[in-house]
Parts: sequence; structure tokens; C-alpha cells
Amino acid sequence: MAEQLIDFKVFRYKQGQAAPTYETFQTLCDENTTVLVALQDIRHDQDGSLILRHSCHHASCGTCGMRINGKEELGCVVKVLELGTSTVTVEPMRNMPVISDLVVDMGPFYDRFNTVGMPFIRQSEFMDEAEIAEGLETYTRCENCIECNLCVSACPIMGSDETYIGPAALAATWRVVEEPRGLRTQPLLDWVDSENGCWRCHVAYECNAACPSEVYPGDKIMALRRDLTKRKFRGLFGRGRKD
Amino acid sequence: MMDDIQPTTDPARPKSPLRAWFDLRGRSLSTLAFALNRLTAIGLTVYLFLHLAVLSLLLRGPDGWDSFVRLARSPLFLTLDVVLLFGVVYHMFNGIRVALVGMGVANRQQKGLFYGLVGLAMVLFVVGAILIYTK
Repeated sequence: MAEQLIDFKVFRYKQGQAAPTYETFQTLCDENTTVLVALQDIRHDQDGSLILRHSCHHASCGTCGMRINGKEELGCVVKVLELGTSTVTVEPMRNMPVISDLVVDMGPFYDRFNTVGMPFIRQSEFMDEAEIAEGLETYTRCENCIECNLCVSACPIMGSDETYIGPAALAATWRVVEEPRGLRTQPLLDWVDSENGCWRCHVAYECNAACPSEVYPGDKIMALRRDLTKRKFRGLFGRGRKD
Repeated sequence: MMDDIQPTTDPARPKSPLRAWFDLRGRSLSTLAFALNRLTAIGLTVYLFLHLAVLSLLLRGPDGWDSFVRLARSPLFLTLDVVLLFGVVYHMFNGIRVALVGMGVANRQQKGLFYGLVGLAMVLFVVGAILIYTK
């Protein structure tokens, strides 16, 4: 496939600026050019002040999350020409404050993860030596969360209530509840069994659609609800379980 | 622990709940379902109060009520009835999906549930709309 000149309409914002603007850059892209590489080319050749965040270039680190043509994506795996548009709009993720251009403040995201504790090491189900833990039928892929924030960006509830715990931390909470490995789960369950916890989700399922790692946070939120409902019913009959 | 989560401000993009709920650009079918559910919920709430206001016409006796019935048979009013019917059937059937999925039932099949239940709702809607205009 021949190279094509593509317009990139890029969100620009610097601290202290009254309002964000969009700036259009043109750059040549071939069939292998990803959005991240195109943005790096723009930064290198046209405007060194364009700020973006990235690291691994292969969907492992989760740092290059952005909105490409309005959709949450990892810039490193989206090929420009496969988008099929002559203009590619690139914006920072939603629901987190913009620091500069395409970079958002991930602090609120990690604060929530810190609460959960996240004691799990990622465990590939493809490793023969990875034994299935007692009580599990199979490993779910929640360990694969790459903490990219795309689910939080896509969630419409996060857009209207930022004190909502959010899909990523709720999914992580479920992973701990599902397999506590000696941790006390009750404090976590109390945390998510709240107005801004798992009951705040309104089942838009954008988190599932946005997740690049098949964590399916929406499913985990529903699993938390199911577990909490069971515990409440047991509690009604004096059989409440304290972990 | 919830106290640890504090709202943040973003001077670049002030918060807008309406935009968060109803901006469908780049969104999947599930957000369309979510947005329509909110929209129909607001519409049905408004209708509830309108309905109570209309019922209060009974207090004015037969004349007040008869004049309302004449108005209710006008094409414009019948169209509003059709809009109301859409809101009722959509909210009801999508509500069944949300309730099932919200309890962790068939959440991986939520799109199929949407097509099935809302499809059924649309069949009822079309039949109802025809009856409203023809009976």
C-alpha cells in the first residue's frame, strides 16, 4: 500500500490556557504506521511541544491511551490507514484532568487501585506451569489489566460523577474478592457496596468495549453485585459471611 | 476509604453530565441503550405529572373532560401518544435487560438481550401505533 498524506487533528492544551484548541498536522503514513508513531513523527519533525505519553509500543504498558476518532484506543496498536479516514482526530482520554495536550493526570486512577491493593502478579493462562489456584475453574484475565485508564475514559458515569470508584478499580476489587489469597475482603466489599461503588454502574458496558486486554470490567462489576446480593440475603437469615 | 476519592477539576474540559450521557460519538450500542433509557425515564416522569394534571380536569365536571377528549383525538395528540408508547415499551423492555444484567445474569449476552427484548418492544410499539391511529 502506498504512503498517504493524512491530516491529524490534535487536541492541544497547556496549563494556564483558557480553553483547548485543535491543531491540524499532516504526515505521511504507510500501512504499518500506527497513530502513536505518526504522533511521534509530528513531534519530531513539526512540533516538539506536542506532549504525549508512551512506552512499549506493543499494547503492554498501557501508557498511550487516547481517543482516536472519538473512540478509546491504545495509539500503539491502531494503524492509521485502517481507520479509513483522511482526517484522524486525536484527543486525550476523558474523565481525568488534562495535564498537557494528550496527557492526562493518572493520579486519581492509581489512587483507586492503591485502595484495592492489587496483590496479583499477571498470570498467563498459556503458561503450562501456571497451576489453577484452588477454588477456581480457570484463570480469568483480570490480571491482564494494563492500567491504561481506557475503561474509565469510556464510562459515561465517570463523566457525570467522578467520585464513582470506576470500572478498573471495581474489576480489581472483584479479582481480590474472587481469590483473596489470605487477604481480608470485607473492607473492600464495604468500599464497593456504596453509593459510588458497584451500584453506581448503569450498565452502559463501554468499559468492556474499550478494554484492550479482555478484562471485561463490566462483567466484574456485575459479579460484585451478585456476590454482595448473596451476602445480603444470607445476612437477612442470620448467615452473613465475614471474610 | 471513599473519603479518599476527591473530585478533581479540569480547566481544559469542564464537567458536563449531559455530554457524558448523551454524546454517542465513538460509543457502542450499549451506550445508545443507556442514553435512550435515561431519555425515556425523563420523558415518562414528565408524562406522569402531565397525566395527573389531565386527570384533575375531572374536577371541572363533564364539560371540562369532554373538551379534553376532543383534544385527545386530534392527530397531534395521537402522535404524542405514539411517542409515549415508544417511551413505555422501550423503557420497560430495556429495563428487563438492565435488571437481568445488573444481577449478573447473562451479562456476556447483554447485546443479544438488547436486540431480543428491544426488538420485541418495537414490534409491540408498531402494533400499538397502528391501533392508536386506526381505532
